[in-house]
Amino acid sequence: MAYFLQQLINGIALGSIYGLIAIGYTMVYGIIGMINFAHGDIFMVGAFIALIAFLALMSLGLTMIPLALLIVLIIAMLLTAVWGWTVERIAYRPLRESFRLAPLITAIGMSIVLQNFIQVAQGARVKPLQPVVTGGYVLFDQNGFAVNLSNIQILIVVTTLVLMTVFWLIITRTALGRAQRACEQDRLMASLSGVNVDRTISLTFVLGAALAAVAGLLYLLYYGVIDFYIGFVAGIKAFTAAVFGGIGSLPGAMLGGLIIGLIETFWSAYFSIEYKDVAAFSMLAIVLIFFPTGLLGRPEVEKV
Amino acid sequence: MAEPGTSFGQRLQSALVDALLAGIIAFALFSLLLGLKTVDSVTGLTLEPRPQLLAVAVGIVMVGRLLLNLFVWQAEYPITLPFARLFTRETFERRDILVLGITAFVSAIVFIVGSILGNAACQLVAGFVLAFMGVGFIRRTIVFFFPNLPYARIFTVGGIAFAVLFPICSYFLEKAFHLGLPLRYLFDLSILVLTYIMLGWGLNVVVGLAGLLDLGYVAFYAVGAYTFALLATHFGLGFWICLPIAGAAAALWGIILGFPVLRLRGDYLAIVTLAFGEIVRIVLLNWTDVTNGPNGVSGIPKPTFFGLPFAPSGGETFSAFFGLKYDPLQGIIFLYYVILVLAFTTNLVTLKLRRLPIGRAWEALREDQIACRSLGINTTITKLTAFAIGAMFGGLAGSFFATRQGFISPESFTFIESAIILAIVVLGGMGSQLGVAIAAIVMVGGFEALRHTEGLQSIFGEGFDPALYRMLLFGIAMVGIMVWRPRGIIGSRTPSIVLDEARPISVDLVKEGRA
Repeated sequence: MAYFLQQLINGIALGSIYGLIAIGYTMVYGIIGMINFAHGDIFMVGAFIALIAFLALMSLGLTMIPLALLIVLIIAMLLTAVWGWTVERIAYRPLRESFRLAPLITAIGMSIVLQNFIQVAQGARVKPLQPVVTGGYVLFDQNGFAVNLSNIQILIVVTTLVLMTVFWLIITRTALGRAQRACEQDRLMASLSGVNVDRTISLTFVLGAALAAVAGLLYLLYYGVIDFYIGFVAGIKAFTAAVFGGIGSLPGAMLGGLIIGLIETFWSAYFSIEYKDVAAFSMLAIVLIFFPTGLLGRPEVEKV
Repeated sequence: MAEPGTSFGQRLQSALVDALLAGIIAFALFSLLLGLKTVDSVTGLTLEPRPQLLAVAVGIVMVGRLLLNLFVWQAEYPITLPFARLFTRETFERRDILVLGITAFVSAIVFIVGSILGNAACQLVAGFVLAFMGVGFIRRTIVFFFPNLPYARIFTVGGIAFAVLFPICSYFLEKAFHLGLPLRYLFDLSILVLTYIMLGWGLNVVVGLAGLLDLGYVAFYAVGAYTFALLATHFGLGFWICLPIAGAAAALWGIILGFPVLRLRGDYLAIVTLAFGEIVRIVLLNWTDVTNGPNGVSGIPKPTFFGLPFAPSGGETFSAFFGLKYDPLQGIIFLYYVILVLAFTTNLVTLKLRRLPIGRAWEALREDQIACRSLGINTTITKLTAFAIGAMFGGLAGSFFATRQGFISPESFTFIESAIILAIVVLGGMGSQLGVAIAAIVMVGGFEALRHTEGLQSIFGEGFDPALYRMLLFGIAMVGIMVWRPRGIIGSRTPSIVLDEARPISVDLVKEGRA
């Protein structure tokens, strides 16, 4: 029971990170119907920006950790958002009216570019960071097995919840959110009624990248080590999560993230750690067989 | 093109503002990632500032953007126009000829001065410009004198003849005249390119014809490779027996994967195939008892020529049987012809299938699934055959890969391989067989060539390691080609079914799959 509870906590923390990345996928898919393959690498770039910003602040002599983390968070969100904007501008916007596979190929190309840019600029070695957020609570102790809830896990879940709420409000309550939903339904009609479609799409990428940067920072703090390749695996998992929950649906992305995180953690804990990815992917295939549009996705209406 | 009526001053002003904005954005992008480098030290990571590098990067973006705006994008007369006209049939204006002439003159002078001074960088850049213009000039001249030749056909036949004759001719030329050609390297590279051509043609069945997006094609490649490798090392079977088995095994896996995912549409299918590719790789990596895990399988035998092995000595060998002197190149040339035959088989089978009911059903499925179903086409069977046949070609290519390398490990079957193959298919122009071949030559050949370019080193200094930048350039090329020609290198194709005369149509008329 204690072991189970511990894994549950770990799984929720991991799932929150996946959920944050998955939102970027699901939003972009919802609005322009493409798999933004480079999003996982935007997450990786975000993690690197966070790492460098943190080290820079430390070397400038800022020792108050909470303040430093807040500044790092803002810097990472801003700069990663610029990356997201640039990627959209260079690789996707020129192909907006092109056929469906074209932006997918440029997205894969962008993913290769980002990975190798970071590798060239920062080196291929893994980048370790000493634990920044330490400590935690022992929830209870059962026969010598203590269930821990660490501060970083609390930080992850709280940050995710806050961001999700803010995000939900942006989508449902603001003009931007309304424009986004309009573009999602019918881009031509939206542009006819005065929505600046290009700007809305750009902002979608900016928001997605900012959330990915938060995920990158949390990942960095949680695992304490990053390299240029983390974006690929995390990206696939997060995309799986988005599809799992029903692509295009925001609550679905979060739910999918949590489920993927939990499957992965429990599979590692009870079966074998090597096959955790196989478990997550197989689960995806099984779910899709029974719910072809994901758990919370809208059923696609076939039209002639 | 510029708006009519804007003066040069106005354009200069807007270009300057644009360059400034680009500079600000470039600074935001690169400030932390290029401007500071993380360095390992005793106390953990420390930072090392690199202001010059940052300044250079931002400067390149600003100046590049300014020049492009002034002379290409916003210019009244884009400077690239005459060069583009070299490759079309448009008539030249007087200033086109002026621009081309000046460029040729300047590059020739740079080339000569570079040769005298022994500067490889000048030679490389000027030589490239001259070669590019030379090719365009020859092309224009031929087109001018013979405007109505069937160029596509000549190109195809010439390409095939070259592919068939190239190894034999170069081998005998080398033997006769001792030219010092790097034959071994050339053959290895051609074999690699042909492997990718075959993979591209195989994937083309799934993506180009049936319109099913497959992001895990490399899984079938891996299945084929491991089937042959394991059969050969455990049971001592030869390449030719295993080849059909490997193809069948891959096709079987195609069907096994196909069954559950056929209900899925578009991107759901894409992610499941991607997941499948990863699952296969992870299983190969961790199922150590069978696959030997990350250490891979080694000692895979080479194919024999009707039972005659290519070996320096030991009984009936190829060289002993034909009374030739043993040369390791013989085995490589044989491998070249094996993959050439395999690739052409893939092509011919695909071309034939396109004329059969099943091939027409694939293309119909790509265009409109509902119409297909209302016409009584069994979509499940149709999709399954496309998957299985595509997978089979992947498996055949895989077992060839295994026999050529003699060693395989899961590392050869990562997602990036799937991405490269898919990129070849899409960049070549979906469904165009010739385009796939050209794309494979450009991407794989160019990519490999970067590994060996000393000239680049002379441009960027001694510390420049081309291998490090290979993938970066590959990615940039992928994005660049796609943005430049969204419909692929070959932008037209011949319809599979015609009324009386085959006329190429624009690819814009062909829908991609939404299945």
